Amino acid sequence: MILLAVDWAMVLEKTIFIAVIITISLVVALYMTFGERKVAAWIQDRIGPNRAGPLGLLQPLADGLKMFFKEEIIPTSSNKALFILGPSLAMVTAMLTSAVIPWGDKLELFGRTISLQIADVNIGILYVFGILSLGVYGIMIGAWASNNKFSLMGGLRAASQIISYELAMGLSLIALLMITGSLSLGDMVRQQQEGLWNVIVQPLGFLIFLVCAFAECNRTPFDLAEAENELIGGYHSEYSSLKLGFYLFAEYINMFISSAIMATLYFGGYDIIPFYDESAWGFSTNVMALLGAAALFAKILFFIFLFMWVRWTIPRFRYDQLMDLGWKKLIPLALLNMLITAAVILWWKL
Amino acid sequence: MSIIEILFWFLSALAVGAALMMVFSKNPVYSVLWLIVVFFAISGHYILLNAQFLAVVNIIVYAGAIMVLFLFVIMLINLNADTEPQKNKWLKIAGVIAGGSLLLVFIAALRQSDDVIKAQVSMGGEAGLIKTLGKTLFTDYVLPFEISSVLFLSAMVGAVVIGKKGD
Repeated sequence: MILLAVDWAMVLEKTIFIAVIITISLVVALYMTFGERKVAAWIQDRIGPNRAGPLGLLQPLADGLKMFFKEEIIPTSSNKALFILGPSLAMVTAMLTSAVIPWGDKLELFGRTISLQIADVNIGILYVFGILSLGVYGIMIGAWASNNKFSLMGGLRAASQIISYELAMGLSLIALLMITGSLSLGDMVRQQQEGLWNVIVQPLGFLIFLVCAFAECNRTPFDLAEAENELIGGYHSEYSSLKLGFYLFAEYINMFISSAIMATLYFGGYDIIPFYDESAWGFSTNVMALLGAAALFAKILFFIFLFMWVRWTIPRFRYDQLMDLGWKKLIPLALLNMLITAAVILWWKL
Repeated sequence: MSIIEILFWFLSALAVGAALMMVFSKNPVYSVLWLIVVFFAISGHYILLNAQFLAVVNIIVYAGAIMVLFLFVIMLINLNADTEPQKNKWLKIAGVIAGGSLLLVFIAALRQSDDVIKAQVSMGGEAGLIKTLGKTLFTDYVLPFEISSVLFLSAMVGAVVIGKKGD
């Protein structure tokens, strides 16, 4: 069906796929809250939530329901429009990145080839960066609109932290881009399927990227933005009910997406086994695509577990230590990594 | 109308409308947010011209970095209608006249320009793609490119020097 020179079947296909991806992100984020409490309990030798449903599996639903029924409070001295815009922006920017992640190879359904990637744009990784740099707005607008000094402090901390660590992250990625020679995430995964996983070629770059990803998600040890013993709740001190839920949820979605990006950039994306050509198994395209997507999800779950593991292992940095680490250690290290990579590529004409 | 025309008119209306809102907003924080909308609309235009790299760099640099700094400053000094100094009425009128004259000069200069009239605006050309752009920057324009990066470096050093003055 073609109208206005647009293939509407493709629009429908993409719409359904986007809906599926968003639903999956939301469900994963929902169960990440549960997973976090279980992991925390396990690390601290407790049992964790086990009352709602079998094994406590209905706990996130109960929490969500509780959020719904809490009283909605908008402080009288706040800027009402921006107070509502803040959490919405946080949620939207958290969701947007999923558009360029290749979730799997191609599916063949109803005589159509469906790519398991919403948009394979040739600037994929820059798009991720663009959205990342917009993530600051949700926090800053919400913090300022609350008209509360603690909120504003939390928001400023979060924003300066995100801006600072974006630099080191970008520099570590430049080294990766020199090797792949492409900005498209789809190309990167295909290269890793045929060759080595990037983590083997770029171990230092991956380490820097990992640390920066923790900082970008405002996770412990970098959760200075909501250091509850100094700033009450940080930028969401004044928020209640589902607006608070949006902020907390956006953080979990960010974790999910950054895990997906780390798996895609450095751990082969939907590649199932490194150093091995999976096509030898002789499965059909569809089965391979689904297996690949499952492999990607296994990698994502590992990274999510790593996020939680670190949170319950390492205490929070002081603010000056955080800035020192970002500006005086990670950026020079990333520059060094970049120079070494460039020299190696130039020397061996890779 | 083709889909590209529809998108073009939508983005143009969005850009102009948001720019006007930016100028007329009383609250400077709103002005910054409207300006971000303008940048998004312009990035949309870049994408229509198949210049994805420019589009996304526009977002990263302007919407993601420069506007965040603007927002920082405005939020920290908490500008609002009460603290804003009231400017002289004549100064405002002079500003309008000066700005209007500049607009007039621009339009008069560009209206007859060959570059505008004869230029082929190609939708789906290769000029804006990162590969073409990179090759052009590092072959034909390598000297201006390097000089401007030195300029940026000196600006950075200057900022650090000013920031260190207090110590």
